[in-house]
Amino acid sequence: MKFTGQSALVTGASRGLGRALSEQLARAGARVVAVARAREELDAVVAGIRERGGEAHALSYDIGDKQAIYPLAGAAAALVGPIDLLVHNASSLGPTPLRLLLDTECEDFSAVLETNLLGPFRLSRVLGGSMALRKRGCIVHITSDASVNAYPTWGAYSVSKAALDHLTRLWAAELGERDVRVLSVDPGEMATRMHADALPDADPNTLADPQAVAGQILGLLSDPRIQNGARVEAQTWRAA
Amino acid sequence: MNAPLSSDVSPRLAPARSRRSGFQTERLLVIDPQGGRFADHRIAELPRFLRRQDLLVLNDAATLPASLWAEPALELRLMAEEDDGSFWAVSFGAGDWRLPTEARGTPRALRSGEFLRFSAALGATIVERDTREPRWVRLRFSLTGASLYQALYAAGKPIQYAYLERPLALWDVQNGYAARPVAFELPSAGRPLTFTTLFELERRGVTLARVTHAAGISSTGSASLDARLPLPERYDIGSDASAELARTRSAGGRVIAAGTSVVRALEGAVAAHGVPQAGTNVTDLLLSARTRPRVVDGLLTGLHDADTTHFALMEAFAPRALLLRALAHAARAGYVQHEFGDSCLVLAGALGP
Repeated sequence: MKFTGQSALVTGASRGLGRALSEQLARAGARVVAVARAREELDAVVAGIRERGGEAHALSYDIGDKQAIYPLAGAAAALVGPIDLLVHNASSLGPTPLRLLLDTECEDFSAVLETNLLGPFRLSRVLGGSMALRKRGCIVHITSDASVNAYPTWGAYSVSKAALDHLTRLWAAELGERDVRVLSVDPGEMATRMHADALPDADPNTLADPQAVAGQILGLLSDPRIQNGARVEAQTWRAA
Repeated sequence: MNAPLSSDVSPRLAPARSRRSGFQTERLLVIDPQGGRFADHRIAELPRFLRRQDLLVLNDAATLPASLWAEPALELRLMAEEDDGSFWAVSFGAGDWRLPTEARGTPRALRSGEFLRFSAALGATIVERDTREPRWVRLRFSLTGASLYQALYAAGKPIQYAYLERPLALWDVQNGYAARPVAFELPSAGRPLTFTTLFELERRGVTLARVTHAAGISSTGSASLDARLPLPERYDIGSDASAELARTRSAGGRVIAAGTSVVRALEGAVAAHGVPQAGTNVTDLLLSARTRPRVVDGLLTGLHDADTTHFALMEAFAPRALLLRALAHAARAGYVQHEFGDSCLVLAGALGP
């Protein structure tokens, strides 16, 4: 199997794309650490993976909490060894309904950056050192088309994803020589709870299935045509 | 800190009292046993003393939160893990981290079969007591897997040192490249190594390799217990490190260990198997002036007073008289010692002909 012998850590793993990625990574042979705040939903995801013969472990942490990062990194490595694939999928929209910048509380803006930008930086910083030393590893930032388009009311989320895209390029510039691959992946619009929170009037039937998008993402991770540091649209990617 | 061995014979080094923030500015005392010389440098200059084909071996063990409190006057410090997942621990009585271990109160006796609770989620059963030392017990946690580690990281704290100004947080005791949490105290030789330095070493043709060594605890507060340290320690040498060691040997490079735990792993493997072969093993090897290292040529390490087991290990790499002169100089020159202190490199030929 494609990910046999690899260890993976996925944040935001209790539902949506994170759940689909965790399930498919485990099916492809990876030892998966699934991370999310919601304990019960997360336990159900891990139980499902194990029933199907995969290896997964549930760690309940809030990626936006600075105090959570070292415990999370330590517990994850205790369970599956040094992490080979790190998927930063967890993210926060901030308060919904989404609102104009002029109506946004500074504290809410700040909280979104903690979860969507600083949390991924902190966790990559802790896990990336081992990747650099081992000359092996891949870090994925799940981004959004809001990172390149200025949609009104998407303020903090949009800014956090734009910064995340650039963080991708910087990590790749610093770690590329050490065979650590860092990508931004835009999953496109999916039928998830987050999408419904942001755009409650959207018709779910017009949106992609997160399972299908997760399959695309696992495929593109090993595509040598994609340059280190790139921003990739998962739904339009096609295997060579 | 390191267990004292005998009476003092050299000026004492002052301890580093805090985790320091001076990026790349910590001091490096370079000791060259070949020339019988030593010289003052900064840690950022380390790449100058290594050369193409050399191999720098790091211990990539992360540090566990190995200090657990069961009662207001009962602390347990984890110090070794058994194959079956149980842990050996040593108990401490009244007093907090500001009190040196030797000044802590005598802990109450623990019974085999007794259940200790460290938090709402985490407890442990005492499954064995050491025959000689009532403070040494083997315990089995009430949880396993992800639940165990999540609860252990919530309830445990890093083992503390009384000489520091502030208590240590978990991030204070991790090296930047650490991964699997199997060390009970920080493998501190790697702490001053920034990625700036590590990547510069690579640019100069030095290879980096890693072993994972479950560094144990340094001090129990009891002379009779300390005399049994270090305990046998588990180490893992990957196939990549094993291959790099062989390649370095055949290319005429030198092997430099970042820390005594790396020396123990590599020399322990050689003592057991003849070569530093890949695999997971336990070593009880003790190095001293009577030992000739067979695979490690040089040592990057911290500074510790002459009456410590750490100093005794350094004597495997340089004559005692030279080390004592270097240490006396370091004390006069204001070097600081212990886990967050300055560094030294003991390497034959480091200072040239």
